[in-house]
Amino acid sequence: MSIEPRSPPPQLAAKLQRAFGGRAGWGGFVLQILFVAALAWICYEIVANARANLQAQRITAGFGFLANTAGFDVSQNLIPYSGSDPYTRVFLVGLLNTLLVSIIGIFFATVIGFLVALGRLSPNWLLSRISGGYVELVRNLPVLFQILFWYLAVLAALPNPRQSISVFGSFFLSNRGFVIPKPIGNPGFEPFVLAIVIAVVGSLLLQRYARKQLFDHGRMIRIWPYVLGMLVGLPLLSSLVFGAPVKFEIPELKGFNFSGGSRVIPEFVALTLALSTYTAAFIAEIVRAGIQSVHKGQMEAGASLGLARGSTLRLIVVPQAMRVILPPLTNQYLNLTKNSSLAVGIGYPDLFSVFAGTTLSQTGQAIEIIGITMGVYLLISLVTSAIMSFYGWRISRSLG
Amino acid sequence: MKRVSLVVALALAAGLSTQAATAQTLKTVKDRGMLSCGVSQGLPGFSSPDDKGNWTGLDVDICRAVAAAIFNDPTKIKFVPLSAKDRFTALQSGEIDVLSRNTTWTLSRDTTLGANFTGVTYYDGQGFLVKKSLKVNSALELNSASVCVQTGTTTEQNLADYFKGNNMKYEVIAFGTADEAVKAYESGRCDVFTTDVSGLYAERLKLSNPADHAVLPEVISKEPLGPMVRHGDDQWFDIVKWVLFAMVAAEELGVTQKNVDDMAKSDKPELKRAFGTDGNLGEQLGLTKDWVSRIVKAVGNYGESFDRNVGAGSKLGIARGLNQLWNKGGIQYAPPIR
Repeated sequence: MSIEPRSPPPQLAAKLQRAFGGRAGWGGFVLQILFVAALAWICYEIVANARANLQAQRITAGFGFLANTAGFDVSQNLIPYSGSDPYTRVFLVGLLNTLLVSIIGIFFATVIGFLVALGRLSPNWLLSRISGGYVELVRNLPVLFQILFWYLAVLAALPNPRQSISVFGSFFLSNRGFVIPKPIGNPGFEPFVLAIVIAVVGSLLLQRYARKQLFDHGRMIRIWPYVLGMLVGLPLLSSLVFGAPVKFEIPELKGFNFSGGSRVIPEFVALTLALSTYTAAFIAEIVRAGIQSVHKGQMEAGASLGLARGSTLRLIVVPQAMRVILPPLTNQYLNLTKNSSLAVGIGYPDLFSVFAGTTLSQTGQAIEIIGITMGVYLLISLVTSAIMSFYGWRISRSLG
Repeated sequence: MKRVSLVVALALAAGLSTQAATAQTLKTVKDRGMLSCGVSQGLPGFSSPDDKGNWTGLDVDICRAVAAAIFNDPTKIKFVPLSAKDRFTALQSGEIDVLSRNTTWTLSRDTTLGANFTGVTYYDGQGFLVKKSLKVNSALELNSASVCVQTGTTTEQNLADYFKGNNMKYEVIAFGTADEAVKAYESGRCDVFTTDVSGLYAERLKLSNPADHAVLPEVISKEPLGPMVRHGDDQWFDIVKWVLFAMVAAEELGVTQKNVDDMAKSDKPELKRAFGTDGNLGEQLGLTKDWVSRIVKAVGNYGESFDRNVGAGSKLGIARGLNQLWNKGGIQYAPPIR
C-alpha cells in the first residue's frame, strides 16, 4: 500500500468563509472584524478614561498596593498569616476560605440533595412527604435569611466557653465554635500512614480479583472480612510496633477562650450549613427530575433481573440520569460558590469580605480590587464548569 | 451594600465622574438645588435618622450648616447612608459632595483616596466595650479574647497593633456593618466590641440592657473625625473647612442660635467681620455676606451642636474633653475669621 501525499482540502476557503462570515459570506466577515474592533476600542477607551480620571483626582492607581502591609487580622486562616503580611497574603487567605466553604458546601449539598431526592421518590409515604416538605420549605426562603438564621438563632444560642458542652472532656461546643483535640505527629506517624496505604492498595487489588472471579467464572467471593482485617489490622500492628502515630493536644479553657486544639469557627459552620442545605433543596429536585426522566421500564427491567431497588438505582438508573442531571447540577455548584460571598453578613472572612471589603476600604483602590475579585470568581466558576464538563464527557463516553 | 462599590467602580471606569472631578462643586450643588451628604447608616449622636426619617447628629449638623450657608435652608440635603467600606468610593465617584461620617483623618487617606479632610469635628480615640459580668477592668486583661469589629475601619488596624504591641492573643471577627458587629457582641460571639469611644457610648444605647456593659478606661488610638471632600476643588474645600471653623468661632465669640440676630447688630469689629457688616469675607468663599448667621441660625454654634447631639443635652452624655474650646482646656480651635 503506497501512501499518497495529502493535498489540502479543496474546500478550505469555503470552510473559512462559513466559519467567519456565516451565511452572509465575506461581507459578514468584514462586519465581524469591525464589530471586534469596535469592542476593543470601547475597552481601550474605558481603561484610558479610568486612568485619566484617577490621575485627575489624584487617586492612587495600579497594583503596587498589593505589596503593602495589610495591618489587620483575620479570624480563620488556612495558611500562616499575621497582620504584618502584605495584601497578597490576605488575598490568598480570603481565596482559600472561599474555596474551603465552597468545596465542603458542594460536597454536603450533593450528598443531602441525592438523599432527599431518593427519599422523595421512595415508596415510603412518610419519607417522601418529609423530603418533599424539606424541599418546599428550604428552597423558598431567601438564602441570606437562612445564613442569619443559623448564625444568630441556632449557633448563637450555644452556651459561652465557660459553660461549653463538653464531650469526653476534650471536645467542646460553645458559641465560639467547636474545639477539638489537635493531632500532632509522633515518630510512629510515617509507618502508620504507610500501613494505611498498603491496606488500601491491598483491598483494591482484592476487589479487582473478586470482580474478575465474578465476571469470568460467576463465583461470588466474600472479601469484606479480609478488607476489614487489613484496614484495621495493619495500622494497629504499626502502632503496636512503632508507637502511637499521633498525640493529641487537648484544648483547655484559658481566659476568655480555649487555647490549644483546633477550632471550627461558628461563622464557617453557619455559612456551610446554610449554603449546603439551601443548595441541596435545588439539587434534590434536579436529581428527582433526572431519575424520573429515565424510562420506568429500566427500573422494571432491573427488578426482573432480581436486583434490589437500591442496586437498580445505583447501577442502572442513576448513571443514565446523570446525563440529564449534570448541566443543571453544575449551575447549582456555581450558585453555591457565588452565594458564599454572602459571608460578609456574618463575619466569615471569605475573599469578598477581606479583599473586596477590608482591603478595598483601606486602600481605596476600587477598580483594581473589584477587577481582581471579579476575575477570581469568574475563574473559579469556569474551572468548576470545566471539571463538570469533563465528568459529563466521561459519563457519556462510558454509556456509549 | 456590596453592589454599591461595584457600580461605583464601573462608573469611575466609564468616566461618568469626569465632571465631578473638575467642575465647580459649588456650582453643581447650586444647580442641583441640593447638597448630597454621605453619612453613617445610623450612629446615634453623629448621624442617625429618627422615626420620621429626619437625620440628626453632629456629623449631620456639618452638612446642614453647609446647606444653610449655600441655600439659607438647612433642609436642602439628600442624605446618603454609607457603610464604612463604601464611603470613599461614593465620594470619589461624585455620588456625594461631602462625606461627613465619623471618618478618621489619617495620612494615607489624605493622600491616596483622591480626597481631603477639611478639619476635625470630633477628637476621638478607640476604646473597648465589655460585659460587666466578665469583671475586666483594663484592656490589658483581654488576652485571648474574641473581638467584634466593623470591617473597613482604622479600628481593625489599631486593634491588631494594640494586641501585637502588648503581646496578647485575640480573635477578630469583622462584620460589614456596625449593627451586625454589635449584634454578634450582644449574642455572646465576642467578649469585646471595639470602635471609637464615642461610638461605643452610642452603640451601647442600642443594647437591650445598656447598664450591663462598660467602656474600658484605655483609649488606644487617636481618632480625629472629620468631613472629607474630593480632591481638586479648592473652593469647595475652603467652604466645608470654614463652615466648621465658623461654628467653632461662633462659640468662641459667644454667638448662639438665640442671640444671633442681636449679635449681628453688634459694633465689635470681630463680630462685624464675621457677620459681614464689615468686609465681604463670605463672598470671598463663594457664599454670601451673612453666611455665619445663616449657619448659626440653622444649627447653632459648635458647642450647642455638641451638647444637643452627643454632650450633656443628649442621651449619650459625653463630656466635652478634648473637644472643648482651646481656651477652655480643649483643642478645638478656629483660625481667625478675617
